[in-house]
Amino acid sequence: MAKVRGAVVINTEACKGCDLCVVACPTDVLKLNEQVNAKGYNPAFPANHEACTACKICALVCPDMCITVYQYKPEK
Amino acid sequence: MSTTIITPEDIIKKGKIVFKKTENMTDNTLSYCPGCGHGVAHRLVMEVVEEMGITEKTIGVAPVGCSVLAYDFMNVDMTQAAHGRAPAVATGIKRVFPEKYVFTYQGDGDLAAIGTAETIHACNRGENIVIIFINNGIYGMTGGQMAPTTLDGMKSSTSPYGRAVETMGYPLKITEMVAALPGVSYATRQAVHQAKYVRKAKKAIQKAFENQRDEKGTSIVEIVSNCNSGWKMSPEKANEWLDENMLTYFPLGDIKK
Repeated sequence: MAKVRGAVVINTEACKGCDLCVVACPTDVLKLNEQVNAKGYNPAFPANHEACTACKICALVCPDMCITVYQYKPEK
Repeated sequence: MSTTIITPEDIIKKGKIVFKKTENMTDNTLSYCPGCGHGVAHRLVMEVVEEMGITEKTIGVAPVGCSVLAYDFMNVDMTQAAHGRAPAVATGIKRVFPEKYVFTYQGDGDLAAIGTAETIHACNRGENIVIIFINNGIYGMTGGQMAPTTLDGMKSSTSPYGRAVETMGYPLKITEMVAALPGVSYATRQAVHQAKYVRKAKKAIQKAFENQRDEKGTSIVEIVSNCNSGWKMSPEKANEWLDENMLTYFPLGDIKK
């Protein structure tokens, strides 16, 4: 069965590293980066991108609207 | 079954966007602390306005509080009001422009303390406006002082031993209070700290704007939110604390519909 796949693009300069998306993600895709952004925050990044299912939960809880979610359904 | 490996880059290239920031929010970086619920509440209001196609017809009123700079972030017509006076200003705007959609965006120190009179009387007159009320149990912007909504025993900078209800009174349930007024058509309490609550909160805000369209009277949407800086917690801990403590005293759901 073709599995629905997802991907996230994070606006790292707007991210404040609050960690809420990391906690909320049900498939543990996201992590905080050790590298800081221009404002000195540790932005989130997709560390385990293959596990993303495009459920949008990270984007729903993100207070700074940094996350864009893409969904791809492979043809059967 | 094909064994082609699909990389995240392929998904971004070939896939469709299922979530992106609404165009009703400007590109300015929000001035709120990391993890603050204001950002989600801003987004929900602006998404509802966008989806209802009323961007050009919406006027927001933000008074004093952390959300004082909301006009920098919400890409609709906005005005500012004196501390607590947003429902009075919104009343004036709505009466002059009855075809516009008018909403206020207020915190608990603003709506439940200094603006109690304006709030209650605007609701009692049944002004056809939407009131978005962010309740985080504290004065966030001024440094975490006790608000009327601060919980029993909760520490703040002006109640360092915790709020004592014997001398300081009980946390004020203002949404229940105004729900008793005949002018109020819809009073509800929602939260935005988890995805399931965010979805429900958006539906509540949509219903409030639809009530304004149908001229049903005042709609008040209370959003129980966190203030991790004021509560001196990490965003994650603050949300857990909110879930365990705030929601027991401020139960979620429709109070009047």
